[in-house]
Amino acid sequence: MPPRPNGAHHGPVRVGDVKKNTVVRLLSYLKNYKLLVVLVMIAIILTALSNVLGMTYLQVIVDDYVKPLLLVDNPDFSGLLNVILEMAAVFGVGVVTSLFQGIFMARVAQGVQKKIRDDMFYHMQRLPIKYFDTHTFGDVMSYYTNDVDTLRQMLSQSIPQTVSSIVTIVTVFVTMIVTSPILTLFVILCLVLMLQATKKIGGNSAKFFIAQQKSIGSLNGYIEEMISGQKVVKVFCHEQATMEEFDRRNEALQESATKANIFANILMPIMMNLGNLQYVLVAILGGALAVVSGESLITLGGIMLFLQLSKNFTRPVSQISQQFNSIIMALAGAERIFSLLDEPVEEDQGYVTLVRARENPDGTLTECAERTGTWAWKHPHQADGSVTYTKLTGDVRLFDVDFAYVKGKTVLHDVSLYAKPGQKIAFVGATGAGKTTITNLINRFYDIADGKIRYDGININKIRKPDLRRSLGMVLQDVNLFTGTVMDNIRYGKLDATDEACIAAAKLANAHDFIMMLPQGYQTVLSGDGSGLSQGQRQLLSIARAAVADPPVMILDEATASCIYTQKGNKKIRKPQAANQTALIFDRRAAARLLSINSIRRLCWS
Amino acid sequence: MLKHLLSCVREYRRPAILAPIYVTMEVVLDILIPFYMGRLLDYGIGKGDMSYVVRTGLLLVVMCLLSLGFGALSGHSAAVAAMGFGKNLRHDMFHHVQTYSFANIDKFSSSSIVTRLTTDVTNIQNAFMMTIRVAVRCPAMLILSMFMAFRINVSLALVFLAALPILGIGIFAIMKSVHPIFRRVFKTYDRLNQVVQENLRGIRVVKSFVREDYEIKKFDQVSDTIFKDFTKAETIIAFNAPLMNFCAFGCMVLVAWIGARLIVTSHETAMSTGQLTSMITYVMQMLMSLMFLSMIAMQIILSRASAERIAEILDEKSSLESPADAVRDVADGSITFDHVTFSYARKAEKPVLQDVDLTIRSGETIGILGGTGSSKSSLVQLIPRLYDVQEGRVLVGGVDVRDYDLESLRDQVAMVLQKNVLFSGSIKDNLRWGKADATDEEMIHACTLSQADGFIREFPDGYDTYIEQGGTNVSGGQRQRLCIARALLKKPKILILDDSTSAVDTHTDAMIRKAFLEEIPDTTKLIIAQRVSSVQDADRIIVLEDGKINGFGTHEELLETNTIYREIYESQTRKEEA
Repeated sequence: MPPRPNGAHHGPVRVGDVKKNTVVRLLSYLKNYKLLVVLVMIAIILTALSNVLGMTYLQVIVDDYVKPLLLVDNPDFSGLLNVILEMAAVFGVGVVTSLFQGIFMARVAQGVQKKIRDDMFYHMQRLPIKYFDTHTFGDVMSYYTNDVDTLRQMLSQSIPQTVSSIVTIVTVFVTMIVTSPILTLFVILCLVLMLQATKKIGGNSAKFFIAQQKSIGSLNGYIEEMISGQKVVKVFCHEQATMEEFDRRNEALQESATKANIFANILMPIMMNLGNLQYVLVAILGGALAVVSGESLITLGGIMLFLQLSKNFTRPVSQISQQFNSIIMALAGAERIFSLLDEPVEEDQGYVTLVRARENPDGTLTECAERTGTWAWKHPHQADGSVTYTKLTGDVRLFDVDFAYVKGKTVLHDVSLYAKPGQKIAFVGATGAGKTTITNLINRFYDIADGKIRYDGININKIRKPDLRRSLGMVLQDVNLFTGTVMDNIRYGKLDATDEACIAAAKLANAHDFIMMLPQGYQTVLSGDGSGLSQGQRQLLSIARAAVADPPVMILDEATASCIYTQKGNKKIRKPQAANQTALIFDRRAAARLLSINSIRRLCWS
Repeated sequence: MLKHLLSCVREYRRPAILAPIYVTMEVVLDILIPFYMGRLLDYGIGKGDMSYVVRTGLLLVVMCLLSLGFGALSGHSAAVAAMGFGKNLRHDMFHHVQTYSFANIDKFSSSSIVTRLTTDVTNIQNAFMMTIRVAVRCPAMLILSMFMAFRINVSLALVFLAALPILGIGIFAIMKSVHPIFRRVFKTYDRLNQVVQENLRGIRVVKSFVREDYEIKKFDQVSDTIFKDFTKAETIIAFNAPLMNFCAFGCMVLVAWIGARLIVTSHETAMSTGQLTSMITYVMQMLMSLMFLSMIAMQIILSRASAERIAEILDEKSSLESPADAVRDVADGSITFDHVTFSYARKAEKPVLQDVDLTIRSGETIGILGGTGSSKSSLVQLIPRLYDVQEGRVLVGGVDVRDYDLESLRDQVAMVLQKNVLFSGSIKDNLRWGKADATDEEMIHACTLSQADGFIREFPDGYDTYIEQGGTNVSGGQRQRLCIARALLKKPKILILDDSTSAVDTHTDAMIRKAFLEEIPDTTKLIIAQRVSSVQDADRIIVLEDGKINGFGTHEELLETNTIYREIYESQTRKEEA
């Protein structure tokens, strides 16, 4: 196996780290929603405008109606009513647009999220095995969970809120300047002070949040490792030591989490009260202005409006600063997602395909659609445009093969071997000698560095990978089953296999007996990688899965380690199929019985 | 359930109680501030009384500072209390899991225990912090704002009461229709993660069988369900903001209309312009706190599932415990199965082991053979009392295993499990699991016995080589030999190898057995194996079939009398001849 790096830590991110094209690329996901995005933007702007404008009516009501009406004896309220209705209408528009904003946004955010998720999974299916061997599952999983989720939050919350905040700030700012330029200047001054305070506290809190994130990682990693090895802990009576280490990490987390949360918690009261202080100061200053200038610089209603506005001005500013952080985080996540999407896919320059064929009396082959039991390699020749058919027999040969997972660390050197149709080849050798590697090369999970591998005389590089792999039955060292019924798991080998075919395969693998003992027989649902089954049973199922595909070449990689002599089971799997099948058996023990092959030694101790 | 969880507050009770008190103080000030601001407008600015403006202004500044102080204090206490609570909760859970027996561990899968210890605790911890901060703040705010609003003007305050049912019913309807969708979405999310995870683990299977498109189809279905459900849920939630705005702005418009009329008709006696602004502030505050309250309610409902899952861990009683006056000394390595019947589930139709009766002398080497599912592992797991028998007795050193102190018993019965793991840390760290204070010599000796010394020395860092989590950076055979060395360091009276050399080549396997025979002759050795060659030189061999003893004797005896043994032997040797 190539080296697997330690789980990459998703450390803190700074603005500069986010590449510009990440944003551009993210925006390209909105392409399909052009109309909706425009509508959402319009709705956000209208909502923000209506909220700000609606507020300005308070001044109008006090200054233009209440005060003059106080001076007359028989007040006429019809003018006031009109203004009130106008105000209600403005607010009403905001209510309606905010509804549309939410509904449209839900569609866009979810649509983009789905598209990204699907793109990732599609792309992942096309990646070479090397990718999976060099990335930890946990890291890849977190693209699907954390990163996609922060992205959704950014799209559906942070961005609309930021846009709306900006609109509010601009509108409020303009209104403030119109109402009183002097007071506006003062509010700006206060704002700068507030931002400085936020920056100081926010910076500290970020520091502690990063520390907290680190302790969480350390504690969760420990929990996962210990709980999954819990049985070993019990057998070694290691509970005490385990608990002590756990407590140490748990307390470290508590310390950093407490600090981080204290800062986060006090940020709000500080912002709010600085806002309040500003309010008071504006009131005093405004009052002084009004008194001194006799309401020529600012009116009573003007002060009231201004106070309301100044509150509406500072709130969105602090909101933006809060959203900013989550936007940066989401962009960092997007970058990780795009790095997955940018991984080069498995290349396939093969053009030889596997087709059903009919054998003509003269020994030639004709391609046909119906099942004949005969398969042929369809080999188009680019030079003259002709097509030749080669019968699939399962003749695998390696010529002087060199291979290394990591450049410079040769795993196989100058290996040659062949397996004629119907032959059983066994590879022996201690672990790490390169047995699994050979299976990786034959089905082209990895490509060889030098030499040639021929399959029925065809260089395997010329065979289309799906066709090549379809012709090889693999029973791998690590058994992986999928959530679903036993029947589904066997059928995985051949999706259109009938129930009878699956049962026959299970019988062949000698899995039938234990399957019948399961609560619902073949319909028993396996979950969590078939954890209810023993290692041996899982291996029998994986043999049945390969058997149902009935491929011309079977590769058993250590597959029989746990079930080597389930009475007649193994004899069965080899014997009836051996007549026309090449079985490459990568298994020390089977080798003990098949030691007649000479090429092995050269191979195994390479 | 709640009581059980709350008991974890313990030493953090003080901050947990102080936090809501500080919050209340903060709220009182937050309410008074707009009140005095209204007065500042009316009596100060409105009347042009600058000295009043300054006086009230200073009072307000003091109040703001106080409010800031209380806010900071409450934030501090809440953080201390909630994080402490979380720590205690994790501590209790983890320590409790350590008391679990194998049966308990089987019941919860390990991944489920991990989720409960991580995600679920975080959920509860956050809910707790929110409860002691915001959940106190909102009702306090609501009540005080209402009080102030009614003080200013009763009929105007009633406007708010009219909005209340609209808001309440609206929010309730939204929550009620969204909640089941969210529950479903979370479940589908689990399924999505499962599909991705299985795909990642089984990628070789996927690629070998050329099932990429099949997997994509599977993923698509789940992804699509999430898309549809989530869009539906968010569309419903989209009504939240407009509803809130409708109520808030509606109140504002009404208050402005009624208030303005009131001011004019009463010539500012019933109400002043300053009071109008205060009134609007209060009404807004009331609506806001209602809104927050509903959000918290939602959060708490969502975290209830987490609370239940945590309580399940804490409430699980260990099915195995050391007896009160336990035997601490294991006399020797003799083992007796006295008519033992055993099954994992109490109600299983067919027991896993049925009426097993056998005696093993101290120091004997015993081989155990049997087909897949013949209960080999189950048999040996009863010796260190990893499970309890249903009927009969298992005796070690002449004493029923149930009478031993568990730790003393397991110290003397070393077992190398089939699914064995190494932990992240150096090779030495891993070996010290067997004996905490093992010297270098002892470790080297154990590794020499298990034939691990050779390859360890070939590593650049030798015994200090760092082992990755799960031991992924050593090969299967190397891992097994390290695990055997780890068990040997315990210097046990009984050593059990459950198919522990399956990935070790035949030659090394034989060397290990030879070393056992020569170096630890007094230790009783039980070896479960697949190949006859691994056990044929044992003193005696047990042949298991369907949970029953089919044969028990030496290699030669069994060859003559036992059909199964003969069949296995022949199937494994015949081809060598061929």
